[in-house]
Amino acid sequence: MANSLWGTAVAVAAKDLRIEWRTKTAFASSIVFAVLVLAVFYFSRDPSVVTELDIAPAALWVTFTFAAMLGLNRAFLLEKENRALDGLLLTPVPRTGIFLGKLLGNLGFVVVVELISLPLFAVFFNVRVLHALPQLLAVTAMATLAFVAVGTLLSAMVVRTRFAELMLPILLLPFLVPPIIGAVQTTAGILAGRPLSDFAGWLRLLGAFDIAFVTVCFLLFEATVEE
Amino acid sequence: MERNVAVRSLTRGWALTLSALLGLALVYVRAALFTPIEGTQGPAQKIFYVHVPSAWASLLAFAVTGVLSLLYLRRREHKLDTIADASAEVGLVFGVVMLTTGPIWGKTIWGAWWAWDAKLTSTLFLFLLFVGYKVLRGAVVDPETRARFSAVIGILALVLVPFIYFSVLMFRTLHPAPPVLRAGAPTLPGAMLITLLLSVLVFSVLYVGFLMLRYCLSVLRELREEEAADGIS
Repeated sequence: MANSLWGTAVAVAAKDLRIEWRTKTAFASSIVFAVLVLAVFYFSRDPSVVTELDIAPAALWVTFTFAAMLGLNRAFLLEKENRALDGLLLTPVPRTGIFLGKLLGNLGFVVVVELISLPLFAVFFNVRVLHALPQLLAVTAMATLAFVAVGTLLSAMVVRTRFAELMLPILLLPFLVPPIIGAVQTTAGILAGRPLSDFAGWLRLLGAFDIAFVTVCFLLFEATVEE
Repeated sequence: MERNVAVRSLTRGWALTLSALLGLALVYVRAALFTPIEGTQGPAQKIFYVHVPSAWASLLAFAVTGVLSLLYLRRREHKLDTIADASAEVGLVFGVVMLTTGPIWGKTIWGAWWAWDAKLTSTLFLFLLFVGYKVLRGAVVDPETRARFSAVIGILALVLVPFIYFSVLMFRTLHPAPPVLRAGAPTLPGAMLITLLLSVLVFSVLYVGFLMLRYCLSVLRELREEEAADGIS
């Protein structure tokens, strides 16, 4: 069990989240960053022309993705210290299990950041989210999965380059375009009280994006860590 | 020995490039003087004979990089990575031509330098992705790691482009484009089509020429580095 795919994944994810729980550095900075982005967005408009609701979906998604990006590099930066990654790779466990673990750890991190940002967003932008919470959470989950998968894969590479902090946004942002467009469109509709069935096309796009990129990332991970 | 081979294909690359450049000059002459002026767009339409072929060459180059990336991860031949890199760089050059000629035409016909339609957006992001590809290559020292990492980016880019295309297309269908954008796709009369196809052909040859030049330069540079390393040890 311990060296099965899921066993490995859970062990790796639990380790990462435990480290994060004890230090809270990435977590604290991501939350502060999220609050700052929300505030900047609130004031970056002409209040007499653009209402809070008009700008709200964009603010929410830029906050989610940028705050998440701050934390994504951490998963593999941790392993760089004391060459822990070499140790991890030497253990007789499936490598895809390691990737799955890192992915789950990052998802856990990003989901917590999102769950804290969402109420803040509702308060700051004076938006009612409770009536549409399940739909909003479903769309968030779909959009988050894809970009965290790509972000995890990319961070496995960029932490071993020069200028790691600079590389991740440059490489990851193009991959955020389809999920963000889909998520913003759907979120806008949900906040306006329209039913989810109006956005079947966007949901299909998000679903296809998730399937395609989670699969591709799993297949490509091996290539990023072999030494 | 290997050096001679590289130098010989460098010469061939030059020959191909120079003849393509000559062909390009002839295409310009044909486009400017011997192709009828388009009725609604006037002389502005002539930029198509540069814009469309450069877009074609750029996309071809990126597609070649993507396919070679896939092949590299399967076969692990160093050569494949070197060609993929060369193709990406040549693609960026054609990409710059595409992204500058496009807005010049757009300003005259659409009345706007830029419009976020599906083709524009997906080619822009493809371009940016391959800028990232080159930046990543510059940030990795070990050649084998560099090859693997850039192959991963090349493959991801290949998967991403259709998604960007369709998401922007859906974005546009929800918010219809201003009427100027729907002026209609130009249906080309014979003479114009021939000029365009000739230009596409010339740009394709130019791409192959550039690719050979760039590849030979990489090979020669590696040989030089090896020699230098041998000299030290």
